[in-house]
Amino acid sequence: MKNRAEAVIIGGGISGCSIAYNLAKKGMKDIVVLEKNYICSGSTGRCGAGVRMQWGTEMNCKIAKKSIEFYENANEILQYERDVEFKQKGYLLVADTDHEVDQFKKNIEVQHSCGIPSTMLSLEEAREIVPYLNTDILKGAAFCGRDGFLNPFHTTDAFYRAAKRLGVEFYTFTEATGIRTEKGRVTGVETNKGYISTNIVVNAANAYGKSICDMVGLDVPIYSERHQILVTEPVEPMQDPMVMSFGLNFYIQQSPEGSFIMGRGDDKEPKDLRVTSSWQFLEEMAKTIDMVLPPVSKLRVIRQWAGLYNMTPDKQPIYDEAENAKGFYLALGFSGHGFMFGPITGIAMSEMILKEEPTIDVSMLNLNRFKTGKLLMEPSVV
Amino acid sequence: MDENTIICRCSDVTLKEIRDLISQGYLTFDEIKRITRAGMGPCQGKTCGHLIMREIANATGQNIKDIKFQTNRPPVVGVKLGLIAEEGRNEE
Repeated sequence: MKNRAEAVIIGGGISGCSIAYNLAKKGMKDIVVLEKNYICSGSTGRCGAGVRMQWGTEMNCKIAKKSIEFYENANEILQYERDVEFKQKGYLLVADTDHEVDQFKKNIEVQHSCGIPSTMLSLEEAREIVPYLNTDILKGAAFCGRDGFLNPFHTTDAFYRAAKRLGVEFYTFTEATGIRTEKGRVTGVETNKGYISTNIVVNAANAYGKSICDMVGLDVPIYSERHQILVTEPVEPMQDPMVMSFGLNFYIQQSPEGSFIMGRGDDKEPKDLRVTSSWQFLEEMAKTIDMVLPPVSKLRVIRQWAGLYNMTPDKQPIYDEAENAKGFYLALGFSGHGFMFGPITGIAMSEMILKEEPTIDVSMLNLNRFKTGKLLMEPSVV
Repeated sequence: MDENTIICRCSDVTLKEIRDLISQGYLTFDEIKRITRAGMGPCQGKTCGHLIMREIANATGQNIKDIKFQTNRPPVVGVKLGLIAEEGRNEE
């Protein structure tokens, strides 16, 4: 293991791999990524595999749009020998209240101002896209055809392999245990396998990021909570888009290999790091799908699992450098959409670290916003 | 053994694919699963699990009892979502 690095990135998920790749591509040498388990073992590898541009805040819309434009060409850009399996068959958002229909309209105004090709749909139009959708319980729908499915494992692997080819060193099963600072500057990272001196540390640990912030005495208002998912046996293609509802609390998509992946949130979920499975989730999920998409309930569930969302008060990520520890950067708090924001996380953080002109101005995603209370809340999260 | 032998029958993964990944440094069952989908199908690794763990053990010189399998998750066998929904409603 190296004892000196230009930058140490903590976290081997989509964010860490993308930041490492972008820094290396811009010419930085001696980059180390620390991953306490294996690559893609945390939130990225447990996520719902959906990517969408249909967000409610301008910032989330801009980041998502740029990220999806990257993903459209990810195989070529990252020279990936496999396939990131980007299937753009859209996200069909459905509302069961007039209030949510109004929210969709507001969101679409924001989306259109960012150049996102989303549209309101009548319930008849929604049924043309998903014929077995039970519209009796619905009031309206919104659709964007460039949203879709993306394989989280292959996408992270693509960034990982591209970064490795550029000389980035990945230390898996290696845990950051402490961060040293001197006169308000980062000087190194302690790990369970030795010490690495460095002046740049990036906290890309997302769900486990709060304890990394604690290492430099930085208090960030983030917490992690479990979100559960299940998957069915694979069947022939029968549903093109992701179907998602914030009010009815579910998302469901058929993956390219044929299985259905579906999940929901639970507002009574405790704020901790558990990733166990509960029977309550299985039952609630089954009841929801049986009601909204009846034919899908004929399929067998073969596995349920869980991953962690790392929540911020406004459900938008944090991209910043700590004031009390210069050289300590944060890219976390993704609130359930870190995978789809991966490309921009890498670009924005590498530009911040190298003090380059930003591709997208993400300065409002600073830490200070939680102190001033000037928060723009993202309304559309399951 | 013929390297085109199917190791994971749910996701059609061959012995060659498994050995190639191991030689590229993917040394845990979970990593191989994430790339190939081996163990993600209806049998949930009941067939391929041991075969892949044995390949990892042989390649790395570890004892197979020290190789970790994926987390066992519910349900033990596939269950129709509609049946779960029906039972759930009956209890209410």
